[in-house]
Amino acid sequence: MTTEFNDDQQQFRDVVKRFFTDKSPVSAVRRLMAEDGGYDAEVWQQLGAEVGLAGAHIPQVYGGYGFGPVELGIIAEEMGRTLYCGPFFASSVMAGYALLGGADEVCKHRLLPGIADGSTIATLVLDDLNQVDQSGRGLHGELLASAHTGSDAGSDSQQGADRATDWRLTGAAGLVLDAQVASVFLCVAATDNGLGLFLVGRDEPNLVIEPLEVIDPTRKLSRLQFNQVRAEKLGELNGAAMALLWDQLSVVLAHEMIGGAQMLLDSTVEYMKLRMQFGRPIASFQALKHRCADLLLELELAKAVTRQASHFLASAEGPRYLPSMAKAMASDTYMSLARAGVQLRGGIGFTWENDTHLWFKRAKSSEVFLGSPYLHRERMMTMIQESDCG
Amino acid sequence: MDDLMTINVELNAWLDQNWSPDHSLVEWRDLLVDGGWAAPGWPRAYFGRDFSPEQSALVEAEFARRGIVGAAQSGPRRLAAETILAHGSEDQKQRYLRPILTGQDAWCQLFSEPGSGSDLAGSSTRAELHGDRYVINGQKVWTTSAHHADFGILLARTDWDVPKHQGLSYFLFNMRQSGVEVRPLRQMNAHASFNEVFMTDASVDSRDLIGGEGNGWRVAATTLSIERQGFSRSRPDGGLKGLSSLQGRVYDEYRAELLIALEPYTWYPQRAGRTDLALPRARQTGAINDPHIRQELAKLLSMQQGADLAAASATALSRAGSNTVSPQGSIGKLAASVIARQAAHVHTLVAGTDAMLSGAASAEAGVIAEILLSVPAISIAGGTDEIQKNIIAERVLEMPKEPRSDTGPFRAIARNSADK
Ligand SMILES: Cc1cc2nc3c(=O)[nH]c(=O)nc-3n(C[C@H](O)[C@H](O)[C@H](O)COP(=O)(O)OP(=O)(O)OC[C@H]3O[C@@H](n4cnc5c(N)ncnc54)[C@H](O)[C@@H]3O)c2cc1C
Repeated sequence: MTTEFNDDQQQFRDVVKRFFTDKSPVSAVRRLMAEDGGYDAEVWQQLGAEVGLAGAHIPQVYGGYGFGPVELGIIAEEMGRTLYCGPFFASSVMAGYALLGGADEVCKHRLLPGIADGSTIATLVLDDLNQVDQSGRGLHGELLASAHTGSDAGSDSQQGADRATDWRLTGAAGLVLDAQVASVFLCVAATDNGLGLFLVGRDEPNLVIEPLEVIDPTRKLSRLQFNQVRAEKLGELNGAAMALLWDQLSVVLAHEMIGGAQMLLDSTVEYMKLRMQFGRPIASFQALKHRCADLLLELELAKAVTRQASHFLASAEGPRYLPSMAKAMASDTYMSLARAGVQLRGGIGFTWENDTHLWFKRAKSSEVFLGSPYLHRERMMTMIQESDCG
Repeated sequence: MDDLMTINVELNAWLDQNWSPDHSLVEWRDLLVDGGWAAPGWPRAYFGRDFSPEQSALVEAEFARRGIVGAAQSGPRRLAAETILAHGSEDQKQRYLRPILTGQDAWCQLFSEPGSGSDLAGSSTRAELHGDRYVINGQKVWTTSAHHADFGILLARTDWDVPKHQGLSYFLFNMRQSGVEVRPLRQMNAHASFNEVFMTDASVDSRDLIGGEGNGWRVAATTLSIERQGFSRSRPDGGLKGLSSLQGRVYDEYRAELLIALEPYTWYPQRAGRTDLALPRARQTGAINDPHIRQELAKLLSMQQGADLAAASATALSRAGSNTVSPQGSIGKLAASVIARQAAHVHTLVAGTDAMLSGAASAEAGVIAEILLSVPAISIAGGTDEIQKNIIAERVLEMPKEPRSDTGPFRAIARNSADK
């Protein structure tokens, strides 16, 4: 197995890198993070319909480009590097992967093409953003009594009945990504027969969307309350599907984090070469050089594991704890670099004016989003022990 | 893949023809050398086959699978051979490479001195040309397996009036001569694998100068870069599976060789921390159920996984770009050292109070204790962690060097009082 990129993937990275360098300069990030919506509709349209990134990982039969986790990782790294502001992670990654893993075939054909070209902005509602596979404790779905009576006519119409909008969701999800701009919500909710994946429209009367104040304004979160909200059941999610979903999301996030971390290392070292103190560039002070060498090592290890984790998702070759290993390592590295990014700039690093805090905030938010490093290491050890028994 | 299959077929046909446990060790290795299977990664012109690392790994795996003895190993031999391949004259290659592979010649690395360790270019061992021989006077230290060595790769000063890096020369030095005295040094882990080496009017033929007079530093850089790449091996190697019960002359002689020549290296796997033992030990002792230990163990396994992957892609890169002096080795060496410390930390947590014991009384018949007392070496040997970080910062991150106070003629530089 190898984590090297082939020529096609390298070319793909060049294209993606150019796109985000061009479309997501820091000036745009600063403008968008101050707005309620938090994304530029024109850039989103280009990203979805013209460049085709929104559906990069979605199979062609569902209107996507059919690339794999490796290319998706490349996109995420470049987004992380530039702090791209837009509903990519919520819609393409979270909602896209949830539909792929949990929706019935008909629903996939109906919903994925819109996500793949960016015309639909969706998000995924998980009531546990830390321990993703524990979702469903705060959000319940029930089938209306009237629907049960209509289901006598055989299995076909039973399915038909499930798909009809006679489900009702009740409960709350404390943290929903990009709910402020989503037109549809894919919700993971518990039913009497296990977890289901549900579709809820933005305009449902009993749905309350409450935008929250966040530490990282490039990653907007809302609280959602459901009070008997009309929902359509799209399919079921068993434990394995939830575990896979958690893996997939973690790996994309890990890529995003190492992209951001690399940006912090590069920009910090660049700054240190220019900043003069005691008659010499601070980059010539050994204490600081050693700190940077340590950071480089930490990042290289996280990068290697993260890239291996997306190869694992693509090929199923390798230990299955790689996604959690990657998420934990990438989170820790990103925070190390974020702290150093501020520290090694001195006072200016602590200002609003300087851009470092934008990445610091993304790092802090990413550290806990989809599971803390501690939790992922624990998950990794559980997997190792399970494979002992199996 | 196809070509791996072809190699496998060719190798096995050759082994069927030539291998027999009744050869003497040297006889067998001579056959290996002539057949091109002793060091298949080497150039065709010098006993090899220009094989890629994957292809060489396949050959190694076949030898292990069939229980066949390979070419002689050990670190300093490899350093000498690779350095000679890179910088040696035709005559040097013809004289030195074969006996390295057959195991007839053992080597050591005569670099460090009491006054120059990290600052290797500060060597004050004196080499003076008299006729066609250089006369050597000085002292080396920390010289691993000098007590078994027939030759040493020697860094010494030929010119005291130029800046220090420019006055060095590199020699292929015969250890078996009067004027060379080797004294063992006992280490904190009770082994005595390194030595002091005193050279008093010893001598070396000028045809054993490698790379030309004054070019010693450039040649040494190759040796160091190769050396650093060798630190990341996480598992013990050496020896064949079930070797103790294999029958035949070649095995008898191989066992004897391992016992003596490789004796200084028995603790080397332990200095790398033995990550491979961490998980089995944690399971065995039940420590795996301790939430704190689980975290530390997970960190260790993550670092090891990252380092293995990074090393694999570095190998691939060096195949593509091929530059023997690469800072990549420094990243690998620093990683190995960080991992070794984390492994020692985990082994301590897993052992609990038993970590107070050593030898037969301790876990794994002393291996755990040996890990705890050997790990401190990995961040020193082959260039300290601090030096690797300097290299990474300056060569990879391109951060400026610190101001120097050792420019100008070597003679005028402040040195340790003992070697003036
Ligand atoms: C087990 C073992 C086997 C060895 N085998 C061999 C061998 O076979 N052949 C051989 O030639 N040598 C060998 N060595 C020697 C080894 O290469 C040296 O010990 C090492 O390079 C450090 O040199 P020193 O001991 O003189 O320490 P010093 O150079 O005096 O270093 C002391 C401390 O100062 C730090 N330091 C020095 N310079 C700097 C700097 N510029 N910036 C920051 N910190 C600095 C070092 O990192 C270290 O922490 C071996 C060492 C060990 C431990």
